[in-house]
Amino acid sequence: MKFPKINFDNLKNEGTGSVTAQERRKFLKLGLAVAGVYAGGRILSLTSLIGTAHASGGVEFIEKYPYNPHYSMVIRQTLCIDCEKCVDACKSTNHVPDYGYRTRILTKRYTGTLDKQVEFIPVLCNHCNDAPCVRACPTRATYKDQITGIVRMESKKCIGCKTCMLACPYDARYFSAARRAVDKCDFCWEERLSKGKTQTGCSAACPTGARTFGNLTDPENIVYKLVHQLEEKVWVLRPADDTKPNIFYMKGNMRSVDNILREHKLKYLDSEKS
Amino acid sequence: MTGRMVNISKRWGFHGVEALRNAGTGYKMVMGFFVLLTLAGVAVGLHGLLVGYHHVYGVTREISWGLLISAYIFCVVTSTGLCIVSSIGHVFGGEAFMPIAKRAVFMSIMFMFGGFCIIFFDIENPFRMAIWNVFSPNFVSNMWWMGTLYGAYLVFMVIEYYFLLEQNHTLSRLMGFFGLVVGIAAHSNLGAVFGMLHGRPFWYGPYLPIYFIFSAAMSGGCAILFFTTLGWKINPEIMNQRMERAVKAVTQITIFLISVIIFFTIWKIITGMVSEGKHLVIMSFLTGDYAINFWVFEVFLGMFLPLYLLIRSRGNNFNLIMIATGLMMIGIFFMRYDIVIPGQMESVYHSMGVVEAADMLTYTPSFHEIMASLFGISFIAFSYFAGEKMLNGHQLEKHEIVPEGGYICPGCGAIHFMEEGETEEDAMKRHHRIW
Repeated sequence: MKFPKINFDNLKNEGTGSVTAQERRKFLKLGLAVAGVYAGGRILSLTSLIGTAHASGGVEFIEKYPYNPHYSMVIRQTLCIDCEKCVDACKSTNHVPDYGYRTRILTKRYTGTLDKQVEFIPVLCNHCNDAPCVRACPTRATYKDQITGIVRMESKKCIGCKTCMLACPYDARYFSAARRAVDKCDFCWEERLSKGKTQTGCSAACPTGARTFGNLTDPENIVYKLVHQLEEKVWVLRPADDTKPNIFYMKGNMRSVDNILREHKLKYLDSEKS
Repeated sequence: MTGRMVNISKRWGFHGVEALRNAGTGYKMVMGFFVLLTLAGVAVGLHGLLVGYHHVYGVTREISWGLLISAYIFCVVTSTGLCIVSSIGHVFGGEAFMPIAKRAVFMSIMFMFGGFCIIFFDIENPFRMAIWNVFSPNFVSNMWWMGTLYGAYLVFMVIEYYFLLEQNHTLSRLMGFFGLVVGIAAHSNLGAVFGMLHGRPFWYGPYLPIYFIFSAAMSGGCAILFFTTLGWKINPEIMNQRMERAVKAVTQITIFLISVIIFFTIWKIITGMVSEGKHLVIMSFLTGDYAINFWVFEVFLGMFLPLYLLIRSRGNNFNLIMIATGLMMIGIFFMRYDIVIPGQMESVYHSMGVVEAADMLTYTPSFHEIMASLFGISFIAFSYFAGEKMLNGHQLEKHEIVPEGGYICPGCGAIHFMEEGETEEDAMKRHHRIW
């Protein structure tokens, strides 16, 4: 066998100027994939495994979700502009008092970044498959809905011990004096979904499409498509708590996501480009 | 027990309301003070219940357990501890510990009641609890087990106390055993209420359920010493040779248990320093907001000073023991507070580095919370002072109240009744199940 001889010592440094943006991104992705933080590997295995799972490039996607419809939300963080229309919509839809909230938008500031200095992170109840609040409640006042997987409240059973508020790793609960019970996001089940609507108040109000609500068991559904892809990293908050949350996060304004969703005319897509 | 017509108050060593009436003016004033404080506590607590706790309590969405939960834990920890330490004597037969049993079980019941009084004003819907705890139990909830087991514990302790008064050693021992088992189960579940919250790294893990049991035993020893030596101040006659021996034994075991808790605390701090989730809280203990709570109250008043004073007292110097354990009770209260509040001070979103969760959360108890806590605490204090008088210092050794046919058992100091044709020794053997 013959190897070409290259004199490494005398090679000129080409610099990074000749590396295209795509190549650079690919290289970064490779690193992420090797580190195992890629979509699915960390994320989808967080949802309860029912049925058999198959591996694809070290990434596990589960074939069957524990609920049907398995409601879930994908938050495309980059699209959030902190207009708080979702918070207002939530308040008016669910009669949330001023001293409480079911959802809020967190702000993360960066220094030393070139493109932007601030990021907005909407948070709400993660409707965890292994919900710590459901385990903690002494009277089963909060429970996991058998069909939809929504973590709901049966207010009349709530004794107000507030254990669930501390059990929740997402600070998604508050005590509502009007309900005389702990109140939390129910994906607008009572006010919207059970009345035939398909979107939650917040996702319907979101002008940029940062909040995408849907059914994770339906391959045609947008949340299914956003989650079941390898191109863009998808993550959940506080994965170490192992609660198997159903709110997924991704950056979300990259071209690859647009490609995935080409059929979906999304608000943020420029229709001329596609 | 059949056929003995004994006046029940004499039989139980019960001096009745008469004893309260005969108490000194100073004593009455102390009792009156605690009665007033109890009533004020109820009034303020009920006011809070009426207007809604979120208007008057200092607790927030993030720090939702405040002073009331700390005070509740203080009470139930002490209650369980009294049960644990006293059981060494009257359940497991450690003779030196026998004379303290009656006061310990009485105070254990009162501390439990006091704890329930306090938690009543913390639970938003206490009346619903009675219904749904039964009709919709969640068997995987520590909170459910804690509440249910503590309810059962209280029942066992009351029955046990009845049999202690009745001099029925077999049944009091049996009930004491059940009470101990259920009490420890309940108490470790209380630790697990905290220890099983994944999202709270300062609490999460098996440390708290284990720590709570040892900490309870320490509190129990401390409480027995404090209430016995204070009782001796009130009524010097309660001290006799057997009681002195008992105080000495409890002092020894309390010294041991303080050392155990020092050991626990050292490792809590050291392991916490290298844990990402606990580091901030531990640093706030060492140098931050909770430094005074930790160093002055928890470490100095709660551990090192009493340890030193108890060793100095050699178990004989009752004044010193009273001062040491009195200060220790205050220190122990802060120990409970330092478990409950700092565990919540780091927002769940803090590690994400968001602006909203950049600072540690703070909590200051409100007037309503302080008063509602004092409701339970002063109820316990009042019941102690009333109990000392009405139950005659929890002892049955005074000659005038030994009923006919009874005698003071040299083994346990209680009154035994002889069956017909029985010697004292036979009666003692029968009572203590020695054949």
